[in-house]
Amino acid sequence: MSLLAPDVDSVVRLPQQSVRRRVSDRAFLIVLVISFGLALAGLVALLWYVFDTGLPAFGPRLWRRFPSLNPAISGARSAVFGTLWVLAVTASLAVPIGIGAAVYLEEFAPADKWYTRWIALNIQNLAGVPSIVYGIFGLAFIARGPIDLGPVVLTGGIILALLVLPIVIIASREAIRAVPESIRHGSFALGATRLQTVRRQVLPAAVPGIATGVILALSRAIGEAAPLIMIGAFTYVPFNPTGLDSKFTVLPIQIFDWIGRPQEGFTQLAAAACILLLAILLAMNAIAIWLRNRYQQRW
Amino acid sequence: MVNRETPDLMEADATRSLRTPVIVLTRGVETEALSNVGEADDPQTVFSVRGLDVHYGPTIAVAGIDLDIPARQITALIGPSGCGKSTFLRCFNRTNDLIPGAKVSGSVLYHGLDLYGPQIDPVEVRRRIGMVFQKPNPFPKSIYDNVAFGPRVNGQRKGLDEVVEHALTRAALWDEVKDKLKKSGLALSGGQQQRLCIARALAVNPDVVLMDEPCSALDPIATSRIEDLMVELKRDYTIVIVTHNMQQAARVSDGTAFFTAEVRDSGDRVGVLVEYDQTETIFTAPSDSRTEGYITGRFG
Ligand SMILES: Nc1ncnc2c1ncn2[C@@H]1O[C@H](COP(=O)(O)OP(=O)(O)O)[C@@H](O)[C@H]1O
Ligand SMILES: [Mg+2]
Repeated sequence: MSLLAPDVDSVVRLPQQSVRRRVSDRAFLIVLVISFGLALAGLVALLWYVFDTGLPAFGPRLWRRFPSLNPAISGARSAVFGTLWVLAVTASLAVPIGIGAAVYLEEFAPADKWYTRWIALNIQNLAGVPSIVYGIFGLAFIARGPIDLGPVVLTGGIILALLVLPIVIIASREAIRAVPESIRHGSFALGATRLQTVRRQVLPAAVPGIATGVILALSRAIGEAAPLIMIGAFTYVPFNPTGLDSKFTVLPIQIFDWIGRPQEGFTQLAAAACILLLAILLAMNAIAIWLRNRYQQRW
Repeated sequence: MVNRETPDLMEADATRSLRTPVIVLTRGVETEALSNVGEADDPQTVFSVRGLDVHYGPTIAVAGIDLDIPARQITALIGPSGCGKSTFLRCFNRTNDLIPGAKVSGSVLYHGLDLYGPQIDPVEVRRRIGMVFQKPNPFPKSIYDNVAFGPRVNGQRKGLDEVVEHALTRAALWDEVKDKLKKSGLALSGGQQQRLCIARALAVNPDVVLMDEPCSALDPIATSRIEDLMVELKRDYTIVIVTHNMQQAARVSDGTAFFTAEVRDSGDRVGVLVEYDQTETIFTAPSDSRTEGYITGRFG
């Protein structure tokens, strides 16, 4: 449409069209607000229940005391430490392997070959596999079966690492891809090898994105109960893990166990442990957001 | 395909090798200093291109280029968009190798040495033959680290301060940035960023600097600073510049090569070199009517 010579017809019809459009815009906006309101209401109700039930039982005893059959003196110390142990194993496996795989796929794998695309596609698929499936796999191959480690910290860490590996790989690939090609070319033009370019230019520039992805992946891992229950992690563990071969429990399993008990006190404890888990998750997400804002590169 | 076999080093003319710089572009292979072989009889010739074709996958982008690039001069490559100037320029430092599907055939002799020979290490080639890009592309690092990056990846650890100061001084940027070397290179203005990129290229002490439309993203003042800088640098470096700007080519260059895209019978558009001459001759008395048409059209 030419601005210099608007034809009379379209100028005359303009107001009618815009009224119709304004109505449909309005309707669409209302639908959006309702959807948002429903989602928010659900979240608020959930949080309200958790805090209302759990706050009375929330306190340092959660991480000071071991679980007990008496809800009045029970805590979740072994679950807190189990969570930390398992998470440490998960991070130390998933982070290097995930970043390595992402670097390979983005920087070295031949992009035009069918097998590269096939691998990438399957990683996407793995990200959508239900966690219980990882649990079954872990039970059959790692906890028992050929590797036969038993339901210990190492097994739990490996399972959760497998579970979040696709997330780490996908987030890292995206972060690496966001580094402009001109940076690589500038580096090559100075006589840097591909490895030097990746190590000294691409990875440092991608660190904020990768770190954000890693933290989100670990927040996913920290909330998982199903695959760990599947491999036979215990629900009642009155001691902290002492090594990779220790029996363990984690916060979600502890919550799951308490919620199933008839006593009122355990229900409160379960909600209190939920608050603790939420606080940890919130802290991790806050770190992710801070990292992103602090180091994000605007090209 | 021309001259693929390794040049016989023993045949190198002793007197000539005294005059030409010592070049070692190989890695892991024991070689004597390679000197003049083949066609580059004139030590004033840095590049000698013969029968050069570049393909991207199945399509040919430039064909049959013959051109000599003289030392310590500014050679301008001009011509309409898409005629393969950038493609041709990338042949000089083997950055076409980095483009999947790109294939270079024919010969590019660098001081008489076949740049595409089997023993040549492209990484070493890129260290000797620097490049400045169209859009300034400083690394997301400090100004200091931008300049020190090249020496560092080439293994230099000591004396970096001097290298950085010297390179920034050569690029006419030192006075503007000497108090903020720790600041990000991305915080500079466009023109300063481009001079930073030039400093970065100079820091590895190259022999040749290739520039692909280095001023097209800059304002006229920044452009004229870069032009002054190029003229200043040609005392020590051989410069090849692609430019869209006729006035720029006329102002700074000594020799000018005019490229155009020819439509082949098959319907493909192929970049060819129409003519090369002294810049003055190209702009006043070109021998090819296509050059004349382009230049008069461009100057309006
Ligand atoms: N990376 C590439 N992959 C495929 N084709 C390319 C690539 N770069 C350039 N070409 C093609 O080669 C031809 C010459 O491009 P280019 O060298 O960029 O021309 P100029 O710099 O003169 O504008 C164009 O037809 C372009 O489409
Ligand atoms: Mg170009």
